[in-house]
Amino acid sequence: MILDSKIPQGPLEQKWAYYKKKAKLVNPANRKKLDVIVVGTGLAGSSIAASLGEMGYNVKAFCFQDSPRRAHSVAAQGGVNAAKNYKNDGDSVYRMFVDTLKGGDFRAREANVYRMAECSLNLIDQAVAQGVPFGREYGGYLNNRSFGGVQVSRTFYARGQTGQQLLLGAYQALMRQVGKGSVQLFSRHEMLDLVTIDGKARGIIVRNLDTGDIERHAAHTVILATGGYGKIYYLSTLAMGCNGSAIWRAHKKGALMASPSWIQVHPTSLPQSGDYQSKLTLMSESLRNDGRIWVPAKQDENRAPNDIPENERDYYLERRYPAFGNLAPRDISSRAAKERIDAGFGIGPLKNAVYLDFSKAIKEQGKDKIKEKYGNLFEMYLKITGYDAYKEPMMISPSAHFSMGGLWVDYELMTTVPGLFALGEANFADHGANRLGANSLLQASVDGYFIAPYTIANYLADEIHTGKISPDAPEFEQAENAVKNQIQDLMNIKGTKTVDYFHKTLGKLLYDYCGLARNEDGLKYAIQEIRKLKQEFYKDVRVSGQGNTMNAELEKAGRVADYFEIGELMCYDALTRNESCGAHFREEYQTPDGEAMRNDAEYQFISAWAWTGENGEPELVKEPLTFEEIQPTVRSYK
Amino acid sequence: MDLHLKIWRQKDKQSEGKLVNYDLKGLNSHMSFLEMLDTLNEKLIVEGDEPVEFDHDCREGICGQCGMMINGIAHGPLKNTTTCQLHLRSFKDGETILIEPFRAEAFPVKKDLKVDRSAFDRIISSGGFVSVNTGQAPDATAIPVTHQTAEEAFDSAACIGCGACVATCKNGSAALFTSAKISHMALLPQGKEERNKRVLDMVSQMDTELFGHCSNTEACEVECPQGISVLNIARMNFEYNRALFFNKKGG
Ligand SMILES: Cc1cc2nc3c(=O)[nH]c(=O)nc-3n(C[C@H](O)[C@H](O)[C@H](O)COP(=O)(O)OP(=O)(O)OC[C@H]3O[C@@H](n4cnc5c(N)ncnc54)[C@H](O)[C@@H]3O)c2cc1C
Ligand code: SF4
Ligand code: FES
Repeated sequence: MILDSKIPQGPLEQKWAYYKKKAKLVNPANRKKLDVIVVGTGLAGSSIAASLGEMGYNVKAFCFQDSPRRAHSVAAQGGVNAAKNYKNDGDSVYRMFVDTLKGGDFRAREANVYRMAECSLNLIDQAVAQGVPFGREYGGYLNNRSFGGVQVSRTFYARGQTGQQLLLGAYQALMRQVGKGSVQLFSRHEMLDLVTIDGKARGIIVRNLDTGDIERHAAHTVILATGGYGKIYYLSTLAMGCNGSAIWRAHKKGALMASPSWIQVHPTSLPQSGDYQSKLTLMSESLRNDGRIWVPAKQDENRAPNDIPENERDYYLERRYPAFGNLAPRDISSRAAKERIDAGFGIGPLKNAVYLDFSKAIKEQGKDKIKEKYGNLFEMYLKITGYDAYKEPMMISPSAHFSMGGLWVDYELMTTVPGLFALGEANFADHGANRLGANSLLQASVDGYFIAPYTIANYLADEIHTGKISPDAPEFEQAENAVKNQIQDLMNIKGTKTVDYFHKTLGKLLYDYCGLARNEDGLKYAIQEIRKLKQEFYKDVRVSGQGNTMNAELEKAGRVADYFEIGELMCYDALTRNESCGAHFREEYQTPDGEAMRNDAEYQFISAWAWTGENGEPELVKEPLTFEEIQPTVRSYK
Repeated sequence: MDLHLKIWRQKDKQSEGKLVNYDLKGLNSHMSFLEMLDTLNEKLIVEGDEPVEFDHDCREGICGQCGMMINGIAHGPLKNTTTCQLHLRSFKDGETILIEPFRAEAFPVKKDLKVDRSAFDRIISSGGFVSVNTGQAPDATAIPVTHQTAEEAFDSAACIGCGACVATCKNGSAALFTSAKISHMALLPQGKEERNKRVLDMVSQMDTELFGHCSNTEACEVECPQGISVLNIARMNFEYNRALFFNKKGG
């Protein structure tokens, strides 16, 4: 198979304008005849559903939460990037493009990245027009701050709740359309399969989570905006419900899955404190603007942090990466923390954390100023840990956070299944092997507000004469039966172990062998262990309750069943990439001083994987990456 | 630590519910309240019982999906905290804890501790937005908003839609939730154009959804995890009267 990325012709700065100029349009009178399904109501899903609803298409929007406003985007804290250059510090679309491409270790497409930077300008305008209360200077103008991996201030924020406010803006736009009747909302519905007819995406099978009913929904196009699958590690910064099922089931219906092993591990989450723990809470990266990261200079230090004098502390990021210091990119900061923890310098009861210290900033700027900037994060820290971070440093630790991998999409955000689009974190595009902070809210939003409305219209223009898609087609019946059988199979196992047991075990395997660092033996071992665990799951899982009622255990079981397969593919992907890049650190490929060693000669491509059946080996399809505008350089933050 | 739990179990909307006793031993006081319920559910599943259904997702105090009455208090004893951010260190060893769903006519119980809060979505869709289409917004910084105003608007916009205010109110009123959105929009220049229509529509939707009237007991503010102030309700009333006045004049 040859992957066509459909990059428009012309110079980089004009590609998107050229595409828009050429894209086909759908006459307003014809839009009413076209049905669209949007799965997911995070930033990507709400914004595309609202946009298409507003344009006059018939839209159905689905999410598994009780309200679209609760999608995981709500939890993003730090901010959203835009190359507005309001600070006059030399920012530009081009500079943002370079930072993003470089931050992603040159494993993303130039044209996509450039377009994201270009559209960032409009996003801030759109959000402000919706009433998003971004931080303002005293003069009334928008304020911004700096995030990891860049040297300009381009991050716009609404206190420490930027994702919440952006999502509420998109949710309100969506609810406006729901009120007008242009969007039909299906909350508490989970997509369990994609239906394809003659190779095209034509609908979905969903489970009504309140009643257990299985429903068919048909449309001319299906858009997946179902977020990331980082919760596969069980302990992660993601919401409990986040999962990879929608994209995975689409994968099994023919959509290629790209770069699954690139999962970002965030350096500043709260450390694990016990086995009962269900998630790791993120402390926003913005804290690193004022917090200094250190560990004791001596191994197995037992003194309280405030009793350790300055000259017995190791500010290892400032030491190793003087140009970026505490704002070094996430992959580098996370690995540096793991290196210190593994070397025996970790702190906290489980010796699995490092300190994030605000004492200097508090001394210089005053507690009030710090409180204004990060107050809610300090309160959150106090609630969760019981410690006051104004008085002693926070304890932080790396944890799984964001999936750069996802469904392979072309420049139009269409997957390899015609008519199936993937937006936001559900696709693989734009971030390369490592996402820069505050670029994800941006990507999810611009995908939905500014990119997909054009590209989907371009696709739908050819669908005007198709006529209504019937949910009675045999393909729907087949998919529905498969879903019902799977549910019945899970209910029938009646084993002895809970779903969470399997999820936790899988998560630990992935942390150990396909986490911050990977190596060949470990990955091969993990593949075997995941297969065994999966077999055990199908013999011994216990899903209580019934299949045809509200049943949270059943929901979890379906998601974990998919996680086994995704986890296996992650390991395959990591195994075939004999280099270190971004979030993918292969221990065999590092410099003598422990830095990642990329191999552009052999691995400058996107790995896209095809499903070959239940017991088949996944098939690798390569999309070569070419760089015309900037030549890949070694990423150095020293 | 050990805890005795009395939990509301209800099969579905139609069935009658009842309180059921459960004992948990050897819990870690660093556990969150929901992790304690996870522990209970693991035990129930292994013992062949049905786990307790409860709503949750982010477990960071931001999505607004969790929420239950804990010893008669929405989200439990700790002030300005969601249930997911409540930890067992707020309870005593050996304590008996009463756990019930949020109760209000407009929030029917679905199962156990899960309730239907879709009425909130319908209130928002009746007018809780700025009517701006995609793609044509003016430059963001062209409309200055003072720091003070942006912060004030944020204070109102911070509502997470959890419904604790409704569950706490003896009248089951949604005034705090609705007024927070109305204030957020009324404070900002972008929201000003539609302020009359917005407040009239949202208040009317609130009545349609069977929420009770606000009688200014202010219990809502006390239980709100986001510390949304009752001053928002005062602003909503002002906006409402203002809208009635202008509407009479056709403005
Ligand atoms: C704690 C945290 C903090 C973050 N902070 C930042 C930040 O400061 N800046 C930044 O840029 N990024 C941040 N991110 C990343 C960013 O929040 C996400 O990448 C982004 O919000 C993803 O948006 P989305 O629309 O793609 O998906 P989501 O918001 O995750 O939405 C997914 C949607 O899909 C639905 N869904 C999923 N599966 C199904 C199914 N099978 N059936 C039906 N519905 C389904 C869900 O219900 C939901 O509506 C953060 C992430 C985390 C975890
Ligand atoms: S006003 Fe407070 S209590 Fe009410 S829904 Fe909003 S956050 Fe919850
Ligand atoms: S689970 Fe999201 S607020 Fe509690």
